[in-house]
Amino acid sequence: MTGSNAIDVAGLTVRYGGVTSLDGMSVRFEPGTCGLIGPNGAGKTTFFNVLSGFVRPSAGTVHAFGEDVLAMAHFRRARWGLRRTFQTEQAIENLSVFDNVAMMHEHSGLGGRTRRQDVLGAISFAGLDCDPGAAVRTLGAAQRRLVEVARAVVGRPRLVLLDEPAAGLPDEETEHLAQVIRGIPDHTGALTILVDHDMSLVSACCATTAVLDFGKLIASGPTARVLRDDRVIRAYLGTAEVT
Amino acid sequence: MLDTASSAAAARQHPPLRRPGPRILVRAAVIAALLLFVLLALPQLLSLYYIDTMTQVAVYCVVALGLGVLVGRVGLVSLGQAAVLAIGAWVAARLLFATTQPYPLVLLEAGLVTMAAGTLIGLPALRLRGLYLALITLMLAGAITVVLATTNFPNGGHGFLGYNGAAVHIPAIRRPSIAASDPAYFRYSVVVAALMFLLVFAHIRTRPGRAWAAIRQSEPAALAAGINTTLYKLWAFALASFVTGVAGGVLAGAVHYLYSIDFPAQDSITLLAVVLMGGAYSLWGAIVAALLLELLPALLNNWGVSADWLTILFGLGVLQVLTTAPAGLADQVPKDLARLGRLLRRLPAGRRERPAPPGQGPAQEPAGGPR
Repeated sequence: MTGSNAIDVAGLTVRYGGVTSLDGMSVRFEPGTCGLIGPNGAGKTTFFNVLSGFVRPSAGTVHAFGEDVLAMAHFRRARWGLRRTFQTEQAIENLSVFDNVAMMHEHSGLGGRTRRQDVLGAISFAGLDCDPGAAVRTLGAAQRRLVEVARAVVGRPRLVLLDEPAAGLPDEETEHLAQVIRGIPDHTGALTILVDHDMSLVSACCATTAVLDFGKLIASGPTARVLRDDRVIRAYLGTAEVT
Repeated sequence: MLDTASSAAAARQHPPLRRPGPRILVRAAVIAALLLFVLLALPQLLSLYYIDTMTQVAVYCVVALGLGVLVGRVGLVSLGQAAVLAIGAWVAARLLFATTQPYPLVLLEAGLVTMAAGTLIGLPALRLRGLYLALITLMLAGAITVVLATTNFPNGGHGFLGYNGAAVHIPAIRRPSIAASDPAYFRYSVVVAALMFLLVFAHIRTRPGRAWAAIRQSEPAALAAGINTTLYKLWAFALASFVTGVAGGVLAGAVHYLYSIDFPAQDSITLLAVVLMGGAYSLWGAIVAALLLELLPALLNNWGVSADWLTILFGLGVLQVLTTAPAGLADQVPKDLARLGRLLRRLPAGRRERPAPPGQGPAQEPAGGPR
């Protein structure tokens, strides 16, 4: 598996007490932007939390580019190149936009020499048109999301996880966000996994998409084909009577 | 994929980060002027009674500063800081009796030893937060108080503890030769306090400060940013304990004689109350907290009012802060003053506009108003 340029997930199982949130999930994410969708409670965020190291799986492995991600201490994964955003946006309110991104950069294992330039580059890549010295608590919801995205692309990321970045955003802002997300693989070279309920965003950004339902992978492949898949429609809309 | 490149290119021409502008220079000038006033003019203006009081203020603003780092910056509530201060004072007193080392060196050593002890107290913080951490630190502070009550503070005796219970003539804890008089020692303590503020400022403006801000808001976000939360929490305890230990060393010289009865465990609770009232997130808040804690009782004492009233006042103050001004007096007073200023400026303009009938569209806003 060494030298692989993809993320290989094999038999990943997570149990919380009696609840199985991930049930033998096996999937391969190819370079570029991949979608991960599924109804609420399907296990998407749990999968991200496994990758972040917040949740320890009871079985299964995740190999990213040939390396065993789960063997790393959680705070070391950022240095390795793992980035993520959160379902409830987590831009640090008491820091400026610049400091929010700089905080990520200084723990990414890169030297301080290019920090200023890298941080400003990430801020402008995200399309944040505010003063980098502005405190995050003065920003609106859409801009805070972009601060998180800027944090996710700074300092040579290898794997970027976006957890419902468009949740609660108006269409106009979602469009801008889609442009930024589409640019991440080219800009950084990172494999990007996008979780969202906005199917137009997923279709616009992701060449391939995987679908989870009750912790099980029910489909994966080219996004357009996956979205037309009967099992996927059933998972979203209910049982077979719909058709 | 087509529009990505163009949008990224367009986005690349955003304004660069603001350079330190005139506002920061003004702020530095104000601080420098204030410091000069405190160092040069204040000892001339005050009586010896208030000079001693202000020395205590200089000591306790450093203690409040340390607690402010824990509570305000990292979100760790410690109720053991008075005990940490006692450790610093004990170590400094022992060294001052036992050696002839220069005073700054003793302060540094007292800070370092206290740092080690305080970091141990902080170990539970790796597992606990909020109420439980507060309780554990309070228990530890109580334990330290009990230990100090039996060992006593050094008073020129021999052995490890340096306490001689049979002594009739107790030597005073020495001061630095350049600061033997009370006004000179006040200046000395202000310089030490200023250095501690600089140390903390250097921390909160750089890497540890950013990491603390992240931990305070969301530990998952901090971990996802690659922050070793264990390390940075202990670092906060180490820094807070170091400055508190140095403050303890300054306190030892200030009072000349130390007694364990001067460090009751409930002082830690009062300390937290005034830090919250002053503003835990602000460096100015630490100074406000020390003025509340030391200057206010001295004033009341001078006016013949029992200082016990302060317990009630601090209780009310904490209630007020928690309900209406979570960032404390250091944040609220300037805001209120600015609001008052706006109100005063708007008064004449508002009076002129009042006769106009309502519902006339955009011209309604008074000329001097906001927006």
